[in-house]
Amino acid sequence: METHEAERLAAELAGSPEALRTFLSGLPGVDQVGAEQRAATLATRSIKTTAKQWALDLAVRMVDLTTLEGADTPGKVRALCAKAMRPDPADPGCPPVAAVCVYPTLVPTAVAQLRGSGVHVASVATAFPSGQAPLAVKLDDVRAAVAAGADEVDMVIDRGAFLAGRYEEVFRQIVAVKEACGDAHLKVILETGELVTYDNVRRASWLAMLAGGDFIKTSTGKVAPAATLPVTLVMLEAVRDFRDRTGRQVGVKPAGGIRTAKDAIRYLVLINETVGEDWLDPRWFRFGASSLLNDLLMQRAKMATGRYAGPDYFTLD
Amino acid sequence: MPAKQKRADRTPDAPVRLAVRKTYKLFVGGKFPRSESGRSYPVQGADGGFLANAALASRKDVRDAVQAARKAFGGWSGATAYNRGQILYRIAEMLEGRRAQFADEVAAGTGEPTAAALSTVDAAIDRWVWYAGWADKYAQVLGNANPVAGPYFNLSSPEPTGVVGIVAPAEPLLALVSVVAPAIVTGNTVVVLASERHPLPAITLAEVLATSDLPGGVVNLLTGSAAETAPWLAGHADVNALDLAGVADAGQAAELERLAAENLKRVVRPAADDWRAEPGLGRLAAFVETKTVWHPRGV
Repeated sequence: METHEAERLAAELAGSPEALRTFLSGLPGVDQVGAEQRAATLATRSIKTTAKQWALDLAVRMVDLTTLEGADTPGKVRALCAKAMRPDPADPGCPPVAAVCVYPTLVPTAVAQLRGSGVHVASVATAFPSGQAPLAVKLDDVRAAVAAGADEVDMVIDRGAFLAGRYEEVFRQIVAVKEACGDAHLKVILETGELVTYDNVRRASWLAMLAGGDFIKTSTGKVAPAATLPVTLVMLEAVRDFRDRTGRQVGVKPAGGIRTAKDAIRYLVLINETVGEDWLDPRWFRFGASSLLNDLLMQRAKMATGRYAGPDYFTLD
Repeated sequence: MPAKQKRADRTPDAPVRLAVRKTYKLFVGGKFPRSESGRSYPVQGADGGFLANAALASRKDVRDAVQAARKAFGGWSGATAYNRGQILYRIAEMLEGRRAQFADEVAAGTGEPTAAALSTVDAAIDRWVWYAGWADKYAQVLGNANPVAGPYFNLSSPEPTGVVGIVAPAEPLLALVSVVAPAIVTGNTVVVLASERHPLPAITLAEVLATSDLPGGVVNLLTGSAAETAPWLAGHADVNALDLAGVADAGQAAELERLAAENLKRVVRPAADDWRAEPGLGRLAAFVETKTVWHPRGV
């Protein structure tokens, strides 16, 4: 297919740091005011009744149910997996979430729980969340996660290198991690909260896609601001332009700070209006979230019963 | 200036001042938002004249108010009884300062003479002080040290129920105070649907609460049609108790009670209350849960 075009472009740019820098700097700048205005305008769309029901179910299917705390235990991960497979035990019609996202040491627990359920196991790796470790250590981190059974890997880019302008180094690291992933899906976390400008977000998005990332993800969730609508808009435009140019489709995952069903639906509207229906699928769009799921379930319950639901009736984690 | 002089000569009376026609807003989470629906309705005096516009709350305002009440519950229920009492006394002081304004609003709404309205307001302030005094005393009356056959201290203490929904009675101020104060003094947070006919004293009470030390969200006050919003409050799964004091229609009360039963809310049924009479601890006791602990006693 046209993916050859992506490989050709990557090979051409990988050869020389100058070519890569020239290409990334040559990307058109982002109109900051325009992007924020566009995102704010789309956020005012009102989604009701059957469309809302559909959107809520889709959003549940897109959730990467995440727990990334130092205090995570196998017990907590098992509970999270049970919730991932059956988010609302009271409603058999409620779809499972897309994946469970944990630290590498807890991958075996999650794999054992989720076997045969169709829910993916994602693991953060590469010295998450800072990414400040030698490459060899990061690669070992990835290999360990994949060996333990993770079929999706969330890596962080080296923001220090990126901001210092060493694009080539970041590119090589992503390529190496992709190789270490084998068949596992690679999500590249840009940590947009540390990239400062939308121009940098666009450059980092292209860099990650050229280097072979299957998904680009906004944030670790450990840095504020995390995912915002305008940042996601810029990233969606990047994956759209990348597919137009190379034929390869890349997914997008906003993570961190998305807590309400209303927020989630705003993202769905943004997808529909920016990249179209092709991305309205858990294969191509994910929400990295934990508390979002409960709000989605409460909204589903409200739609089903006609009464407002309370948080007491849903599990905490 | 001859021209001005001339005009002044033409109108010897003092110039008529244009009144400020107020449109009041809701009180949710310590702030005064407009109704999410953007609606308002004219409030009429006893003579049918226009008094002001009040916000006409919708189901989403109920939702927001319950959310605000739930958010405030942890802090308010965790405050010491002494602290809650102090804050309630402070509110009584603020009420006293607005005595004349309350009397005007009550008189305009009910058409009763100012003296009668003043007596209603005074009774309301006294009622508030009465309940404020109970803040650090009700536990001694409603709680108990129980005698048990074993080496234990067995203690029962009243704990706040949670978020209480209140359909306020139609009568202004005194009745409102008599249902709000007993619910919050024990540490509950409330969502009040104010009297549709007399919302102005209720909103002024909200202005008092907003400028006292009461944390935002402890009292949330919605004006408008209780017939429209009460079912949403009664059916809300995050509301723990319901006071139907202001529901006049028996059929509607039964329907609200049925909705409240969905998540086993405590319900206080409407009764023919004489708001002037000393209330007793009935309402206060209605919105607490008894917690009993067994504590091993040293041999």
